Amino acid sequence: MAKALADVPPKGGFSFDLCRRNDMLVKKGIQLPGFRKTGTTIVGLIFEDGVILGADTRATEGPIVADKNCEKIHYMAPNIYCCGAGTAADTEAVTDMVSSQLQLHRYATGRESRVVTTLTLLKSHLFSYQGYVSAALVLGGVDVTGPHLHTVYPHGSTDTLPFATMGSGSLAAMAVFESKYKEGLSREEGIQLVSEAICSGIFNDLGSGSNVDVCVITKGKTDYLRNHQLPNPRTYVSSRGYSFAKGHTEVLSTKIIPLKAKPEVAVVDAMEE
Amino acid sequence: MALRGDWVYENNGGTCVAIAGSDYCVVAADTRLSVGYSIYTRDYSKICKLADKCVLASSGFQGDMKALQKNLAAKHLIYQHQHNKQMSCPAMARLLSNTLYYKRFFPYYTFNILGGLDNEGKGCVYSYDAVGSYERTGYSCQGTGGNLITPVLDNQLKSPSPLLLPSRDAVTPLSESEAVDLVKDVFASATERDIYTGDKLEIIIVNATGIRQEFLDLRKD
Amino acid sequence: MEWGAVSSEGKEVSTILESGSQRTLSPYVTGTSVLGLKYKDGVIMAADMGGSYGSTLRYKSVERIKPIGKHTLLGASGEISDFQEILRYLDELIIYDHMWDDGNSLGPKEVHNYLNRVMYNRRNKFDPLWNSLVVGGVKNGQKYLGMVGMIGTHYEDNHVATGFGNHLARPIMRAEWREDLTFEEAVKILEKCLLVLLYRDRSAINKFQISKITEEGVTISEPYALKTNWDFSAFQNPTKGAEGSW
Repeated sequence: MAKALADVPPKGGFSFDLCRRNDMLVKKGIQLPGFRKTGTTIVGLIFEDGVILGADTRATEGPIVADKNCEKIHYMAPNIYCCGAGTAADTEAVTDMVSSQLQLHRYATGRESRVVTTLTLLKSHLFSYQGYVSAALVLGGVDVTGPHLHTVYPHGSTDTLPFATMGSGSLAAMAVFESKYKEGLSREEGIQLVSEAICSGIFNDLGSGSNVDVCVITKGKTDYLRNHQLPNPRTYVSSRGYSFAKGHTEVLSTKIIPLKAKPEVAVVDAMEE
Repeated sequence: MALRGDWVYENNGGTCVAIAGSDYCVVAADTRLSVGYSIYTRDYSKICKLADKCVLASSGFQGDMKALQKNLAAKHLIYQHQHNKQMSCPAMARLLSNTLYYKRFFPYYTFNILGGLDNEGKGCVYSYDAVGSYERTGYSCQGTGGNLITPVLDNQLKSPSPLLLPSRDAVTPLSESEAVDLVKDVFASATERDIYTGDKLEIIIVNATGIRQEFLDLRKD
Repeated sequence: MEWGAVSSEGKEVSTILESGSQRTLSPYVTGTSVLGLKYKDGVIMAADMGGSYGSTLRYKSVERIKPIGKHTLLGASGEISDFQEILRYLDELIIYDHMWDDGNSLGPKEVHNYLNRVMYNRRNKFDPLWNSLVVGGVKNGQKYLGMVGMIGTHYEDNHVATGFGNHLARPIMRAEWREDLTFEEAVKILEKCLLVLLYRDRSAINKFQISKITEEGVTISEPYALKTNWDFSAFQNPTKGAEGSW
């Protein structure tokens, strides 16, 4: 009986065999390749007429900054955007897949996408991968039912909140929100508070850094403010520069290999034969 | 002993650089003290003046760093009482090596560079690993940003091979101000790419006139 | 038998090591973050009064800020029993120092230095005191604020926080700290931080003590609570925000 059950091929669903194999390999001491993690600060809040999302622009690989000015606010639909933290490839793949499904849905229905739809697609995908797709998201948008803000965790659980933070800088950013957020903020106040929360992440969390990206979504209009603030210019540039005089690199030996002349091939008309 | 737990160590990050010239030595380190993804303080000096012409820059675990500095300072005090003079830089270099090796099986988790002037008044730099292996070089760089900075220094200052006979001077051809400029630039660059390097740069310049200190702000993100 | 002792067969005797390091490997009753801040006339420090037994809130009136000698305040997070042992060490130290009767007294810098060495030495024996300590004080017009961790990591700054405080309170303190803060302003900043910690640190409780130390001496407040706010309309009916999903 047990044997028979084991022989039945799995009916659909994701196979986690490889995950188990990988765990075994790691236990045996094999190094898996590292992924580009966006040690990140991402935030979002609801203001009087919509949603504002924010993100820093640093991507890290371990202790090294891999990208000083990356984009972490992803497009989902014209009225919906999504900030991603976690493994860069996962956040990009999952948001791209869902945004494509949303586009198809809009072609089929001819209606504006809703935030709940996006939320449900994201969480179903993430849940079915049991947390192996490591994407932690802040989803925000304005649809026919009004402004919405959600967080989505890698295992597929979601939250509905007036303000949200995610990523390694989430505590630094949350400190700002918890002490300054009010309901019914104006657009300017909202952008200011989001920037302040992102800056808190940038300056206090080593996984976050560089610039502030902001995205303001209101009914019928989305403003993507790429590099809204640039608070981290380089502090010193050498006055001497690094020009190298000709001959700086010592020539140890020289060998010249002439290119072979291409042999001429007579073009013969096949028809002549 | 150290196998009994990795909790006894912490990496507090930081980068150190030293360059020796014909009559000067530049020693520099950033002032960020951090662990994991958080910053403890933006203003912690990693450089310790051991003698009039001898400074030590360390990175790694702060607890060990401080213990090592205190240890050396105490031994130097005894030396002064016994010999009625300050220890020379080469002597201090050997002392540091012995001090590190003394704890071979429960090491000081520190990465050190000793810089100063030798008995002839020439700049000298000694570079170490955590358990006391050391070498006199013309320049050196250690810590979390070390891998980023070393190739730049190699390119700009290229020391002669120690295997060459007759042996050549390891000091760089750069003038003092050029060396300081280079140090500032490599730190600004390391700060761009290493998350554990930043906040502020402390530069110590040792020459015949004495010891001078300079600061430069670095990125704080 | 000493730590790391070796028996005659050359095999390591591990029973004493293992039983000796039991408490070390898991603390029992712990306190959460301590915050400290320099201001115009001195240093202020704040902590809640909770003592957690794992995730159980076991004690609710633990005094985690204590005066040491005449010029120093000591705040502790981590294992409460270890903190109380540290207090005994310090009592002994202060009394021994007093017995010289030379008119000298230990200042915050000396106390901090002493604690740094104690913490570091205990980690060298693989038997750490499971605490993060905040040392603040004023002596001879000189303000002092420092902290030391379980394995001996120590530093000084204008503001410090232990544990979760380093993640949630330090960002606020870095943004709002000034050299010339008045006492009222300093308390306001600390209360802001305490409130954030109360919202976001599950082992924080709403019963605090704030203490100050100046040239005049130490004042430790009576326990008090902060006003919390749960009125956001989004909190009223959370499911409303995602109708149609689950």
